[in-house]
Amino acid sequence: MISSADGAQQAAAVTAAVTAQARPGLAVVGAGPAGLAAAVTAAESGMAVTVVDAGLRIGGQYWRHGAAGVAADADLHHDRAVFADLSARLDRAVAAGSVRLLLQHQVWALTREGDGGTTVLAVDRTDPARPTEIRVAANHLVLAVGAYDRQLPFPGWDLPGVMTVGAAQALLKGSGVVVGPRVLVAGTGPFLLPVAAGLAARGATVVGVHEAAHPAGWLRRLPALGAAPTKVAEAAGYAAVFARHRIPLRHRSVVVRAHGTDRVTAVTLARLSSRGRVRPGTRRTVPVDVLAVGYGFTAQSELPLQAACAVRVTPDGTVAVTVDDEQRTNNPRVLAAGEITGVGGAQLAVAEGLLAGAAAARSAGLRSHADVARARARRDRLRRFATAMHQVYPVPPAWLSQLDGDTVVCRCEEVTVADIDDAIRLGARDGRTVKLLSRSGMGWCQGRECGYATSCLTAHRLGTEPDLAAGADRPVATPVPLGLVARGGLHPAPADALPRIPNPNPIPDPNSLEEHR
Amino acid sequence: MTGTFAFDGRPVPFTEGQTVGAALLASGVYSWRRTRRRDRPRGLFCGIGVCFDCLLTVDGVPDQRACLRPAAPGLDVRTQIGTGRDDLVG
Ligand code: FES
Repeated sequence: MISSADGAQQAAAVTAAVTAQARPGLAVVGAGPAGLAAAVTAAESGMAVTVVDAGLRIGGQYWRHGAAGVAADADLHHDRAVFADLSARLDRAVAAGSVRLLLQHQVWALTREGDGGTTVLAVDRTDPARPTEIRVAANHLVLAVGAYDRQLPFPGWDLPGVMTVGAAQALLKGSGVVVGPRVLVAGTGPFLLPVAAGLAARGATVVGVHEAAHPAGWLRRLPALGAAPTKVAEAAGYAAVFARHRIPLRHRSVVVRAHGTDRVTAVTLARLSSRGRVRPGTRRTVPVDVLAVGYGFTAQSELPLQAACAVRVTPDGTVAVTVDDEQRTNNPRVLAAGEITGVGGAQLAVAEGLLAGAAAARSAGLRSHADVARARARRDRLRRFATAMHQVYPVPPAWLSQLDGDTVVCRCEEVTVADIDDAIRLGARDGRTVKLLSRSGMGWCQGRECGYATSCLTAHRLGTEPDLAAGADRPVATPVPLGLVARGGLHPAPADALPRIPNPNPIPDPNSLEEHR
Repeated sequence: MTGTFAFDGRPVPFTEGQTVGAALLASGVYSWRRTRRRDRPRGLFCGIGVCFDCLLTVDGVPDQRACLRPAAPGLDVRTQIGTGRDDLVG
């Protein structure tokens, strides 16, 4: 979406600071675990690297930290030694002039150049009152843009005080703010545990952690669990924290409604059957100040789609970039690493980043001294764990049976379930048409929050399979001031070039979502 | 850099490295926007710049993401009503 986001004064003040610089070897988008590993590996192989990240500091979401650094909140962070190593090597590379680090630079588009290289278009927000554009031309590109929490709509989820688990974590790690005195953490996936543990450690009362899945799912996948022993140790660590703070952990339990007028004051919970349906008669309402909720992660797929990368839908329903053994996409000069190749956590991201950095260097005719064989073995092992994790923590279908007509689906455009049903009644037969008729997913966030839900709800109503990739193409990756777009050479991939991908997780029988015991 | 900024005229303290949104939450302010269509309160949701729910007006410029905007002394932060551009609508 193109908007006059930053106001008329600002758009007028915008200067097109197009940097005419020598073409560097590699542009890395994202300075989280994958991007950092890619950047230092490539720089140490002799490439000229530019790293672009929207954040204030390096580290991405995983190693997000405040002004005092990661060490100041040592208990909230894992793999601190890995981060210390990567950031020290990055500092050395920056000092040596082999890495240029552009923080607070948000990439909004990629353009493919005639010579096979890529130009990265970013908004420089180092002066928030005066955004400017910067372009980085590169022969090779590593996309390491990460992921964000996946959300499912439920009545009341648009109330202030309902937020993503990632938000609760970012506030804690980045700003040292505990989101509320009484917090309930809900959704699915292992990420709920560190967030709850961190909140409790900083003084919040975590009234409960409600995990939709059941850990018994791991019993059938023990080899995958054995492939990632540190994850098991981590989980044991959280169990100890939960015991110390008396945090109740409930499995097969979900939030079905948030209550409040100007702010959430309570949530209704329900138990799930083994097939993820709400069990009647199990509802109960508990008071809360904040609900932190998230159902796994969605990869940031818009830049890969702009770069015309081939994508697929992984078992957790996320649109992920397809890569080869060396992290190359279908365009050998564009590599992808980390969550965008399939959500799997920071350790996997670091291994993939190293491989991507080494592959870019090799492709540029340079020799990398990185231990590629070890990284590859580690990646493959952690990828097996990630695939098992997606199977153990699926998105439960329960939410589809808990919606009211006036439940907001698209938060930006305030499109409700009834609006989507109207679009279907008018003849919409796929997510794209529903989007056009109802405006669901056509606001500020371009469907990042509601795209999954709109696709699944549409398919659920029609008895078809959701087309999850259809909603993921966005010609502009972030709203930018109009003045910048006017000057920018915007060449997104044509929408009809995007692949249609079937969902490997078909939505269950639409007529039997309430299950009887 | 620590200090205070103004939120709808009231002083809000912040500490080094905090965003505007984090400082507001720390002060017990959970909503700072009313939606265009249904006039519903909104505040911080994704916390990482993805959802655009946390928009507010800073120094007269609407549509600033509170979860990304670093707090700074003396900022004039205001609740955003609708598009935040009511002065532009005839
Ligand atoms: S809370 Fe989502 S963009 Fe700020």
